[in-house]
Amino acid sequence: MSWITKTLTSSIGRKIIMALTGLFLCTFLVVHLIGNLQLFKHDQGAAFNTYSHFMGTNPIIRTIEWGLVLGFGFHIFEAFALTRRNKAARGATGYVSNHSEQNSEWTSRNMGILGSIILIFLIVHLYNFFWRARFGGLDKMGGDNPETRDYDNLYMAVVSSFHIWWYVLLYVAAQISLGYHLWHGFRSGFQTLGLNHRKYTPVIKYVGYAFAVVVSAAFAAMPLYFFLFTNDQGDLKAAIASPIMHAVASAF
Amino acid sequence: MAGSNPNAKPMNLTLNVWRQAGRHTSGKIVEYQVKDISPDMSFLEMLDVLNEDLLRKGDDPVAFDHDCREGICGSCDLFINGRSHGPEKGTTTCQLHMRKFSDGDTITIEPWRANAFPVNKDLSVDRSAFDRIIQAGGYVSVNTGGAPDGNEIPIPKEISDRAFEAATCIGCGACVAACKNASAMLFVSAKVSQLALLPQGHVERKTRVENMVAQMDKEGFGACTNIGSCAAECPVGISLENIAILNREFLAAKATSNNLA
Amino acid sequence: MQLDSKSPEGPLAEKWDKHKFNVKLVNPANKRKYDVIVVGTGLAGASAAASLAELGYNVKAFTYHDSPRRAHSIAAQGGINAAKNYQNDGDSVFRLFYDTIKGGDYRAREANVYRLAQVSVNIIDQCVAQGVPFAREYGGLLANRSFGGAQVSRTFYARGQTGQQLLLGAYSALSRQIAYGKVKMYNRSEMLDLVMIDGVARGIVTRNVITGEVENHAAHAVVLATGGYGNVFYLSTNAKQCNVTAAWRAHKKGAYFANPCFTQIHPTCIPVSGDYQSKLTLMSESLRNDGRVWVPKTVEMAQRLRKGEIKVADIKEDDRDYFLERKYPAFGNLVPRDVASRNAKLMCDEGRGVGSTGLAVYLDFAEIIQRTSAEAVSQKYGNLFAMYEKITGENPYELPMRIYPAVHYTMGGLWVDYNLQTTVPGLYATGECNFSDHGANRLGASALMQGLADGYFVIPYTIGDYLAQTPPKPVDANHPAFAEAKAGVQARTETLLNIKGTRTPDDFHKALGHIMWEYCGMARNAEGLRHAKAEIQKLRKEFWSDVRVVGTGEELNQTLEKAGRVADFLELGELMIDDALDRNESCGGHFREEYQTPEGEALRDDEHYAYVAAWEYQGDNQPEKLNKEELVFENVKLTQRSYK
Repeated sequence: MSWITKTLTSSIGRKIIMALTGLFLCTFLVVHLIGNLQLFKHDQGAAFNTYSHFMGTNPIIRTIEWGLVLGFGFHIFEAFALTRRNKAARGATGYVSNHSEQNSEWTSRNMGILGSIILIFLIVHLYNFFWRARFGGLDKMGGDNPETRDYDNLYMAVVSSFHIWWYVLLYVAAQISLGYHLWHGFRSGFQTLGLNHRKYTPVIKYVGYAFAVVVSAAFAAMPLYFFLFTNDQGDLKAAIASPIMHAVASAF
Repeated sequence: MAGSNPNAKPMNLTLNVWRQAGRHTSGKIVEYQVKDISPDMSFLEMLDVLNEDLLRKGDDPVAFDHDCREGICGSCDLFINGRSHGPEKGTTTCQLHMRKFSDGDTITIEPWRANAFPVNKDLSVDRSAFDRIIQAGGYVSVNTGGAPDGNEIPIPKEISDRAFEAATCIGCGACVAACKNASAMLFVSAKVSQLALLPQGHVERKTRVENMVAQMDKEGFGACTNIGSCAAECPVGISLENIAILNREFLAAKATSNNLA
Repeated sequence: MQLDSKSPEGPLAEKWDKHKFNVKLVNPANKRKYDVIVVGTGLAGASAAASLAELGYNVKAFTYHDSPRRAHSIAAQGGINAAKNYQNDGDSVFRLFYDTIKGGDYRAREANVYRLAQVSVNIIDQCVAQGVPFAREYGGLLANRSFGGAQVSRTFYARGQTGQQLLLGAYSALSRQIAYGKVKMYNRSEMLDLVMIDGVARGIVTRNVITGEVENHAAHAVVLATGGYGNVFYLSTNAKQCNVTAAWRAHKKGAYFANPCFTQIHPTCIPVSGDYQSKLTLMSESLRNDGRVWVPKTVEMAQRLRKGEIKVADIKEDDRDYFLERKYPAFGNLVPRDVASRNAKLMCDEGRGVGSTGLAVYLDFAEIIQRTSAEAVSQKYGNLFAMYEKITGENPYELPMRIYPAVHYTMGGLWVDYNLQTTVPGLYATGECNFSDHGANRLGASALMQGLADGYFVIPYTIGDYLAQTPPKPVDANHPAFAEAKAGVQARTETLLNIKGTRTPDDFHKALGHIMWEYCGMARNAEGLRHAKAEIQKLRKEFWSDVRVVGTGEELNQTLEKAGRVADFLELGELMIDDALDRNESCGGHFREEYQTPEGEALRDDEHYAYVAAWEYQGDNQPEKLNKEELVFENVKLTQRSYK
């Protein structure tokens, strides 16, 4: 097995793991986002809770979940490993004057910081929703539908969390970080895998930019929506429930 | 005595120069003043003025590497005002001219910084790590004498041109110096893609990339994180596409070669 | 000593094959018992080191650079000639031979030049196999372009970076042998003396320029591939570090120095812009295909132009003197290098030069831009125009370029026989370091050819002949000759450090360059040369009493390195003057004003000067002894050049 470990711990090998896990996590973001869009459905969380129940109990999803854990795990581990290696490569004495802003994008140089913010968010996020959903501590949905009556009411947990200002702030900050992280990370993943072509690379780059903006904006819209526009039951505030908001909300 | 413009005003400049006596001593920034610098001077000619001044005063001149002074040998290697080879795009230090600066400017001059490029003295660094990477596989193994006729293998012009573009790397190390990670991937990739593109390089394609990457890692260069500073600062415009090719070659070689080591 | 060129007997075309058969061979199993030192890692050195190591010899290679890849071969722009006849335009080995002999104004050895033309075709094959990305046609085959002095297209090229690509090819071959352990590479090591044991070259003394350590290296043979000495002029297109030290120390140990006065001046360089100027940059000769060379018709107008009172545009067409077109209606702006250079100097001497220094002529592209378009011109010369603008800050699409001749190449060098062996047994010289193939003038795209021919295809055979006659026992590095040479080097370093004078080495170098350029440059005359000789002697005396070197010898001390090199240039300069004084004729790069046709063209004297002047060192401050190798031309007819 030595050639495998040697390959995967080489500078390029580590980068390839970063790229593969990163792009895999991008697909996770898409699934997660589509599911979470249920939050905007104007049904006191029925659809969202059904979805989260499915995600929490379906054996296929539960299996894939382990892949996700590994994806995150390797992405984070390799990030630390690479950062250590790269810091050491500069040597003990750094530059007195370094104007890297004149030759590269801030995002590209600060993936570590962006990633760290996302990691902090991830821990809070996992504890608040995933942990409680999986290991108890959430109220049941109740209601008349016998099928959904015993489902965890994750929706209410979301609504109440998103009425805490600092929580909303953390979420929004994390999504901005995620946006920047993806801004660089998406196209970077392709580059690392060697998928660079004069025809397609410009397309990949702009798809990456669009992906970064749409995904992070959509995720950030969730806490903002509940914080700004709904009451503590998740219903639109009467005063703000303008026809436009109705239109938007019912569109989902 | 400006050649191009008789009215060009001479400049006075403040230089913050890294001084370090030797490999194992610590260094520091020392401030110098240079006067009556013509805008038509090259940056190294400006340093010549400083050194002649220092020598006349009995001080030790600033050591720096340079040779051809026409941008092709890759000897010169200064980190000027926070940039590899200074502020002008596509230019080596020797081809940077003082008209890019203004009277009264303060210019900070440092050596390349990388663990794999230890400082010899002042601004001179040891770049032999690059040589060792080439020695690990940056060649086609043909002995003198056995070559077939040059026109035996037609090579599409487009491929040949792309190989040429990669082959123009001057080995100065600006990529390593500019990279946040002190990564040498642009340098390595330029040679790997040159020889991966050309049919002559195909025989040793897999071992070449495996060995060169292994040597690169052994030398202590960082890993590429696709920031792009290297290509932006490369005086001869080596493209990031080469790094993608390197990654691809590496992946393909590791996945398919019979090398179990 | 009677000079024996060792040119093989027989018809020209068979000499090399016959010689290759006649040379003695070293048994393959014995090759590893021989050590060969190669000094210099440019085209000639790197190719020799790699090829010898491939054969099985133990090679020690030396460069003062931080890497073998930095050698100045890298800066060659134009291309490399080879008699491939891929273009079906009538090229042949004989034609390349003939062009080279004629271009060299009949001052080269026939047998050497013919061999050069023969192996030129192998060089291309070798380089292609190494992965050198030569320019190609759309069909995938190799492209050629034409070059000065030839009527066929035989120049192979890689855009304007042919030297770089060829050197990186040779460097890669060298790197491979370093990896195999067959070449031990010594970077940052400057050769400071040759070690002789019993009249035979047995090693060298080097100084590690980083640590200052002086080291002995023993071997069975030494190859010098240390380039030319153009930097004796201070300003030249050579790299800053190019120097004559290695060759000069060998000369002082008994290697004759041949034709030192043959220096090539390249007509299209970017002019000097001020006293601070440290080197000159070449603009490809191809520019003369479309640019028109001119100066103002009157001195008065040129003066006003220099002062900035009038602009180029203010000079009417009638007031411009297109002097090359006027004097040479047949060739116009495309006259050979030496003619173009000399005429530019003539104009400036008359006071009609342009630019603030008055030492430049215009190379104007206005007409071609008008006739075609700026885009068309950019297609052809874009990179050159950009380089010009980078250096001068002027846009050549709007203003005419300013150009002036500059020292570019030295045809002279260590005398070698057909085997490339100097007059010191066991000491070989290859590439620009020797004198052998270009006569009094080198054609474009021939320097790269010669360097690689010597290294890849000549030395591997001829050095074997010598080694086969040398017993394969290790050379004794403890022989007193080594200690003595080492002590000499150390003493010299101490001397330089202890003068503690007032003038910097560069100061002396500039003064020397000025003398050489004024009196031994594009045009020479006996009176000027004698004056220069006295000046140089005075300068040398001053140098040894007033040079200032600070620091120590045990560290990276670039001033010390410079001082040592300038000291040798000061001696070489005088020899160049002697040689120029001896050669009472004009030929190629050597133009003696006393010897010209009524029209002002170079006048050769084949009856008295068809020889190689090989100078023999006689001791410090002693005049050198002239030895002559008579040149015999059996295959070409000597003619006078005419470009009217």
